[in-house]
Amino acid sequence: MLESLGIDSVDRLFDSLGDLVLDAPVDLPGPLSDDELREYFGRLEGMNRVPGRDLASFLGAGAYRHATPAVVDHLLLRGEFLTVYTPYQPEFSQGTLQAIFEFQTFICLLTGLDVANASLYEGATAFTEAVLMADRIQKKRRRVVVSRGIHPHYRATLRSYARNLDLEIVEVGWDASGRTDPAALEAAVDAETICVAVQSPNYFGVVEPWATASGIAHRAGALSIAVVAEALSMALLESPGAGGCDIAVGEAQSFGLPLSFGGPYLGFMAVREEHKRAMPGRLAGETVDADGERAWVLTLATREQHIRREKATSNICTNQALCALAATIYLALHGKVGLRRLAEINLQRAAALKRRLAAEAGAGAAAAFSGPIFNELTVRADEPVPELLAGLQADGILAGVALGEDYPELADCFVLAVTEANPPADAERLVRALAARTGAAQAV
Amino acid sequence: MSDETDRPAERDPRIPHVAWQNEGLLFERSSPGRIGVTLPASGVDETPLDELLPDGLLRAEVEGLPELSEVDVVRHFTRISRKNYALDLGLYPLGSCTMKYNPRINEDMARLPGLAGSHPLQPESTVQGNLALFWALERALIALTGLERVSLHPAAGAHGEFAGIVMARAALGRRGEGRKYVLIPDSAHGTNPASARFAGFEVKELLSNAQGTLDLADLEREMTGDVAALMLTVPNTLGVFENHIREIADIVHGKGGFLYCDGANFNAFVGKARPGDMGVDVLHMNLHKTFTTPHGGGGPGAGPVGVASELVPFLPVPTVERGESGFYLDFDRPHSIGRIRSFHAQFGMLIRALAYIMSMGGEGLRQVAENAVLNANYVRKGLEGTYHLPYSSPSMHEVVFSDKIQHEAHHVTTLDIAKRLMDYGFHPPTIYFPLIVSGALMIEPTETVGRQELDHFIEAMKEIAREAAEDPDLVRGAPYTTPVRRCDEARAARHPILRWKPDGE
Repeated sequence: MLESLGIDSVDRLFDSLGDLVLDAPVDLPGPLSDDELREYFGRLEGMNRVPGRDLASFLGAGAYRHATPAVVDHLLLRGEFLTVYTPYQPEFSQGTLQAIFEFQTFICLLTGLDVANASLYEGATAFTEAVLMADRIQKKRRRVVVSRGIHPHYRATLRSYARNLDLEIVEVGWDASGRTDPAALEAAVDAETICVAVQSPNYFGVVEPWATASGIAHRAGALSIAVVAEALSMALLESPGAGGCDIAVGEAQSFGLPLSFGGPYLGFMAVREEHKRAMPGRLAGETVDADGERAWVLTLATREQHIRREKATSNICTNQALCALAATIYLALHGKVGLRRLAEINLQRAAALKRRLAAEAGAGAAAAFSGPIFNELTVRADEPVPELLAGLQADGILAGVALGEDYPELADCFVLAVTEANPPADAERLVRALAARTGAAQAV
Repeated sequence: MSDETDRPAERDPRIPHVAWQNEGLLFERSSPGRIGVTLPASGVDETPLDELLPDGLLRAEVEGLPELSEVDVVRHFTRISRKNYALDLGLYPLGSCTMKYNPRINEDMARLPGLAGSHPLQPESTVQGNLALFWALERALIALTGLERVSLHPAAGAHGEFAGIVMARAALGRRGEGRKYVLIPDSAHGTNPASARFAGFEVKELLSNAQGTLDLADLEREMTGDVAALMLTVPNTLGVFENHIREIADIVHGKGGFLYCDGANFNAFVGKARPGDMGVDVLHMNLHKTFTTPHGGGGPGAGPVGVASELVPFLPVPTVERGESGFYLDFDRPHSIGRIRSFHAQFGMLIRALAYIMSMGGEGLRQVAENAVLNANYVRKGLEGTYHLPYSSPSMHEVVFSDKIQHEAHHVTTLDIAKRLMDYGFHPPTIYFPLIVSGALMIEPTETVGRQELDHFIEAMKEIAREAAEDPDLVRGAPYTTPVRRCDEARAARHPILRWKPDGE
C-alpha cells in the first residue's frame, strides 16, 4: 500500500504533525490476550462485593435491581444491532428505526403522553433537558420550581446547567405524608414560573398525585413536568398524561438494563403533541419508500444540532439506542399482563416489608411519612444511620441509602427498595437484623 | 426524499412479497393471553391494590401494550435486525464516526457479574474493583493525551464538550472574567456551537482558509479579551491536521483564553502524538470512536473529558482518588462545576474501552493511528480524479470528496451516490458534512479493514461514477436491493407519525 502511495514509510503520512510525533510508544499496559484480559478484569471483579450474590441488597434510589430475561442480552449482542451507527441512512437501518419507533410507542403508552423521543442519556440529564425545554417554550419567564422529592442527583445536574443560563431554581419541601407540600408549592408558583417539577414515586418512595402539581402549575400558566426514576411504577400508577402533566421524563434502567455501577442507563422523555418541535433528541417517524411500502426514518431533524448548530434544542447528538432496544425487548417480553403483574409483585413485597417492620417495632408508632408507596420505603431508625448501615453491611446486608447527606433534616432515615429480585426471605433477614440491632427501626 | 426520478419497482417477480415487508410492529403482532416471561410468586400476603394505592393513584391496565410469547419476541427482533446493515457485515466508512470493529472480548468483560451487577450507591469499600478500573482508565487516557486529569463522567461526546467548556467558563469566572464568546471554525461538528450555547456563550464562526485549516491572521483578529475559548477539531472534519496548532495555542493563550480540542478524530493520532503537547487545555474523547465501544445504533456512547492543570479544580464531581485505605470518590471539590449526571459514568462503556486499550498496548495503539491514516490515503489515491477533491491538503484518517463532477455533468448528487453504494453492499460515507464542502462525501475507512475490501470499495465508487455518466437515472433511482427503497423523508417531516396508536385513538 505504501508503494501505491509513492512513499517509503508510513511516517510520511504524519509529516504535518512535525515534531509533535512521539519518539516512543505511549507507556501503557498490554498488549493482553483474551485470557489475560479475563484474568485482569476477573481480579477487579473479585475486589467488589455484589448485590444479590455476595450481599443481600435493598439499594434503590434511582437504580433498581430487577430480573432481566435472558432473551434481552442475546438479542442485543446481534451484530446487526450492536455494530450499527445512528440510522441516518434509513434504507440500511430499518431494524434500528423500527425498534426506536416501538420504543417511542411504549414510552407514550406508559406516560399517557403523545410524543416520546428516541431516548436521552439518563434520568438526571433527561430531567435537565425537560426544564431547558420548558424554558424555551416559556421564553420570558425565569423561575423553575422543583420538588425536593426529586432525586438529589437530578437536581444537582439541573443546577450545574442552570448556573450558566440565568435560570433561578426554587425548591419546595415535603409534608407529613412525604409528598411535596401542596401549600408550599402553591406559594412558590407565580407568573414568573416556567415550570413545576415533581417526582413520583419520589426519592422517599412516596407516590405523589400528579394532578396536584399540574393543577398548581397550569393555574399560573406554567408547564408541569413529571419525573419518574423507577419506570416500572408506570405500569401501576396513574400516568403523567392522565394527571395533567405536559412533559414526563425519567430513568428507564429498570427495563432490562444491568445496574452496572450507574450506567449506561436510559433517559426518556415524552411530551404533549403541541410541544414536539421544542423537544431535544432524536425522533423516528413513519413514512413510505419509493414503492409506497411502510418505512421508518429519523425525522423533525431541524430541531437538532447538526442542522441548527447553536440554535438547536439541545447539544445532544446520540441517544442510548442500544439501551432503548433493551427496554423495547424487555417490555415486549413482559407485555400488558406481565408488566403489570411485575409491578404488583414489587408493590406487594414492599408493602409486606413495611407492615412487617411496623409490627416488629410495635404498631401505632407515629408515621412521619404516611403516603402510599410503590417499591421503596423510607425507614426511620433510632440508631445513627451510618453506624446502622455499616453494622448491617457487616451482617451481609446493604439495607439502603442514607438520606442525611442530601437531606440534613432526615439524618435519621434511609430509603430502601424491594423488587422481585428480593425474595421474601431477604426481607425477613433484614427485619430480624434490624430488630436484633435496635429493636426500634420502624417504617415511617 | 422521494424524487421524480424514481423507477418502478425492480424486484424479481418470482420472489413473493413477504418477510421484509410483513414484519409489522410489535403492537400489531399482539395476541391476547400471550406472555414472554415467567414471573415469581409475590410470596407475601397480598393486599387489594386500591387499598395500597387509593384516591385515583392506581391506573387501569395500560391500553395498547402487546401480548407476545418469548419466541414471538425473538423472531420479531431477529427479523428486523436483518434489515440493518452492520459493521459486522462490512465496511462502514462514515467520516468522523470512526466505525471500527468492536472486539467481542470487551462485551464479555462488561458483562462480568461482579462488575455489571454492582449498584452505584454501594459503600466504597464494596466497589474497590470498580474504582480501580476508573483509576486505571483515567491513567491510560492521561498517558495518551498528555493532560493532567480526565473526568470519566460524560455520557457522550457532546456531554464531554459541555463539561469541558463549562470548566473553562468556571476558570474564567474564578479569575473574575466574564468572557462572552467562543470561537468555532465553520468546519466544526454541530455539537460544538450547541454545547457552547448551552454553557451560556455566544458563538463566533471562523472561516476556513483554502487549505481547509484555520487562518492565523483571522484568528489573531477574532481572539480578543472577550473570547473564552477556541473549539478546534484535530484533525479537522476535512481530515486535515492543523499544522500550526502550537501557534494557534499561543494566540489563544496569549489572550488568556482556553484551547478546546474536539477529540472526535483522535483515532488519527492516538498513540502517535499527544494533545497536551500541542497546547490543548481541554479535550473530550469519544470512547465509541477511538476506543471501540459499540455504536449500538446511536448510543450509548461515553465522552471522557481531559484537562490541563489549570482546569483540574473545576472537574465535575465526583473524581476517583487513591488514599491509604484504597480508592474513594471525592466530592469535596469546592470549585467543581458540580454534577453533570446521576451516579458516576457510563461504567459499562468504560470497561469496554479499558479492555480495548489493554488488548492493544502502547505500540498497538500507535499502529491503529498509522493504519487508519494509511487506509484513508489509500482510498484518496484510488478515487482522486474520479471524484472531486475540494481540499488538496494532506489527509489524515479521513478524506472528503464532493459530487461536483457528477453533479455538474450528470445531475447526480451525493445523496444518489450514497444510496447507490448500498446496492454494492457498502454503507455510504458521511454525506453533506462538513458544511463547507458542497455535496461532501466524507470517507473514514478506519484501521480495521483490509486492502481487499478497500479495493472493492474503490471499485464500487468508480463503477457508480461510470453509471452516473452513462445511466444517471439508474443512480438516481437507487437503492434497489435494500429492505426498503428510497424513503420519503420529506413526507415524514410534513406529516409526522411518531408512534403507533391503539385502535380508535
